[in-house]
Amino acid sequence: MKKIAVYIHIPFCSSKCYYCDFVSFPNMDNRIDQYINYLIKEMDMYKDILEEYTIDTIFFGGGTPSYIDEKHIGRIFEYIYSNYNSSEINEITIEANPETVTYKKLKTYKDIGINRISIGLQSTKDTILKEIGRRHTFDDFLKAYETARKAGFENINVDLIFGLPNQTVKDCIHSLDTVVALGVEHISYYSLIIEEGTLMDKWYKEGKLKLPDEDSEREMYHRAIEFLEAKGYKHYEISNFAREGFECRHNLFYWKIKPYIGFGISSHSNIGNKRFWNYKNYNEYTSSLKNGHFPVEGKEYIDENMKMIEYMIMGLRLIDGVDKKEFKDIFKVDLDDRFGMVLEKYKKQGLLTEEDGNIRFSKKGLDLSNIVYVDLLPN
Amino acid sequence: MQKVKQENIRNFSIIAHIDHGKSTLADRLIEKTGLLTSREMAEQVLDSMELEKERGITIKLKNVRLNYKGADGENYVLNLIDTPGHVDFNYEVSRSLAACEGALLIVDATQGVEAQTLANVYLALEQDLEIVPVINKIDLPSARPDEVKKEIEDIIGIDAENAPLISAKEGKNIESVFKEIIEKIPPPKGDKNAPLKALIFDSYYDSYKGVVAYIRVFEGSIKPGMKIRMMSNNKDFEVTEVGVTTSKQIPVDSLEAGDVGYVVAGIKNVKDARVGDTITDHENPTAEPLPGYKKVVPMVYCGIYPAEGEDFNSVREALEKLQVNDASLVFEPETSAALGYGFRCGFLGLLHMEIIQERLEREFDLNIVTTAPSVIYKVRTKKGEELSIQNPTNMPDMTEIEVMEEPIVSASIMTPTDYVGAIMELCQNRRGTFINMEYLEETRVIMHYDLPLNEVIYDFFDALKSKTRGFASLDYEFKGYKESDLVKLDILINGELVDALSIIVHRSKAYERGRKIAEKLKEEIPRHQFAIPIQAAIGSKIIARETIKALRKDVLAKCYGGDITRKKKLLEKQKEGKKRMRQIGSVEVPQEAFLSVLKYDE
Repeated sequence: MKKIAVYIHIPFCSSKCYYCDFVSFPNMDNRIDQYINYLIKEMDMYKDILEEYTIDTIFFGGGTPSYIDEKHIGRIFEYIYSNYNSSEINEITIEANPETVTYKKLKTYKDIGINRISIGLQSTKDTILKEIGRRHTFDDFLKAYETARKAGFENINVDLIFGLPNQTVKDCIHSLDTVVALGVEHISYYSLIIEEGTLMDKWYKEGKLKLPDEDSEREMYHRAIEFLEAKGYKHYEISNFAREGFECRHNLFYWKIKPYIGFGISSHSNIGNKRFWNYKNYNEYTSSLKNGHFPVEGKEYIDENMKMIEYMIMGLRLIDGVDKKEFKDIFKVDLDDRFGMVLEKYKKQGLLTEEDGNIRFSKKGLDLSNIVYVDLLPN
Repeated sequence: MQKVKQENIRNFSIIAHIDHGKSTLADRLIEKTGLLTSREMAEQVLDSMELEKERGITIKLKNVRLNYKGADGENYVLNLIDTPGHVDFNYEVSRSLAACEGALLIVDATQGVEAQTLANVYLALEQDLEIVPVINKIDLPSARPDEVKKEIEDIIGIDAENAPLISAKEGKNIESVFKEIIEKIPPPKGDKNAPLKALIFDSYYDSYKGVVAYIRVFEGSIKPGMKIRMMSNNKDFEVTEVGVTTSKQIPVDSLEAGDVGYVVAGIKNVKDARVGDTITDHENPTAEPLPGYKKVVPMVYCGIYPAEGEDFNSVREALEKLQVNDASLVFEPETSAALGYGFRCGFLGLLHMEIIQERLEREFDLNIVTTAPSVIYKVRTKKGEELSIQNPTNMPDMTEIEVMEEPIVSASIMTPTDYVGAIMELCQNRRGTFINMEYLEETRVIMHYDLPLNEVIYDFFDALKSKTRGFASLDYEFKGYKESDLVKLDILINGELVDALSIIVHRSKAYERGRKIAEKLKEEIPRHQFAIPIQAAIGSKIIARETIKALRKDVLAKCYGGDITRKKKLLEKQKEGKKRMRQIGSVEVPQEAFLSVLKYDE
């Protein structure tokens, strides 16, 4: 049976971080019950389609999934276990913010079957945490982390951001050093992106943000790679590092463009030749379900040509790059026949390298990946 | 179509500064005569081109025939001839004024008389027109009609005592304008039995009829079947239709002395029906053409290139189509090492140039790159050759040049006295020669300067407006050529000379311009994987240098939870931006960069 990754969006939050552009609603606690009802209703509408698949991974993202009462998460699992093919699930992740977790909550997660927890730390420096709108301190994180271990979690990811206002290269290495010392299995290390419409975007446009210059920002990235590799973490995706065997299975479905389905507001799905996404607006999402319609806002058909392009764009995010043999197995076309010219061009410019039949970004290429991506797109 | 006696015809124009309400008044006159109801009437009927509407100015003049029943019970025919309101089109204005016996002079009750108004009034006075002042926008709280009346009397020297005080916007007092037109403007004279003598004041190409020429008949008559002759080139055509323009063109049996209308005569190109030409009868020609015809010559040139090479033919076709309607537009193919195949185009002035560029992009949906505008320089080489240089690339090597001349214009700048200092500074900075200054009244002056045209086309108008908070107005006309110490300023990007960015400047300005262009290009050209030097040079001497730092980072780091669509959109946007760039050596240069040489940023 074909494998599928399931994403579930929990859009509730205690407050909005200043850089966040994901769909999340602080102060909408009174809607949580209603939302979970609709979420389950939506899952039920896909029952027939999901019969052809067996679930490989589940990922709870947000918002802050750990913000809501664990009983809601329990209800969702009740549904999944009794309606979907769930005997071969390998990985279930939930995102958690330090200030929202308790032992009871984490233990419940563990008991339900969640086996991976992703904690949003972002930085170990309290002044920075405050400046970016986080509601926790480093100590809160530490407590949450220890509680998670106590509850039995053996696969923990920590999210960090670099390139934050007033952040130095030293700050970044300190954050990394701290979480490495704790022995986390996985680290996501994202470059700050100022997204349109966020509070930070507003400040940025007003010239009020003191962001690190580009050279320091790149240093934060390069130094992190060196540091984490020396500590035994594998740099396996542009922004992700893991101890051997702890790569995030769920995200690999995205990067390899394997089937995935998203439930809840603003979530995205990729099944067969179709990509579709749900409403971002709460009322549109719920009223659509209320009337018995799929809450889908838009969809895109991906033809074979575009599939290959997307496979390259996503696949090159992986440090091992794209395997020519695997490409041929999937598309029945030689990678070089399809993209040879572009690949040659950037090999010459030193952005791409080829080794053992794998096309991957060079160190410089990782910094300038868009240049290659843009050229892969059709004219 | 109703015919009226010659003494019941009134032919008139409306002259006004931009924004003083010419088009709005025209709308009101049309509405009041019932030609169109206000519901039917598109805003500003006479300005029908999309671009004109947007800019709120009239570019192509047209005319409309209004039927009006006077208070005396007589039926009148009022021919309103619209004029373009910009200095670039002075000649056209003078020809349409020549078709009239009178002109309404619209003056804004808050702004008063401005340079452009004055220039047009002088044009009207040259044609011996009866000038009827009308004071508009009296609905505005800042209106000062009495002062403005006095201004008209002091500055222009015409009686404004009984000038109608109107609000064209609110339709207030429009009747009094009709009364003035009928009482003040004399009816046309001219013998309808004399040999035909008619003035072309506008023409355009219609894909069904061929060229349609708007004419004013001064003597004789014109009717279908008649063989006519264009007196400037002695070409003959057979008239197939004559008519008048109301809300649409209506054919009539004939047009006679005093009438305004249109003629269709199987003419294939507007070049054969040039504005200002006289039409006469092939069989029975008039002895003398009407005075004042001249072939207009372009003053400003620039290169127009397709953004994508394969569009070359589309650009040619579009220019040809525009030229059919616009005899003053000239173009010829040229090639640029940087931009490939394109056209060197000549325009009456900067506005004319901008209009053509915008029409190419909008009406023809073309993506074009334009080079900095240039004037025509005269060069005498040491070998004694005389050259006209429209494109800086063609300037001979300095060592071969005996002497160079540049065009000079006489400029009149009208301004409140507060800004005299700022304007003097500006004109001095632009190599102007002060001629004199006249006091129009206590607080307003008109300053006369001789200015090099190449300084005027270089952002002068914007600089003037910003230095005087928009209070000063400018008018200029070509004066002649003058010897000048000019140099060719080249720009090198990544060591490669970009011919499309070369300009000719006065030696004293070369360093400053070179530095500014290099700075501007540094802003406009996106960073590449490598550092890019930008240099400005005269000959082999580098006079300014900037460096674009190498790009260190160009990534989409986030995963966006499987939202590949969004990721792709961001990349597609980036790709779109790249498409609008020209490859120069290994550097991609955005189209906007080619215009950066234009911006002064004082």
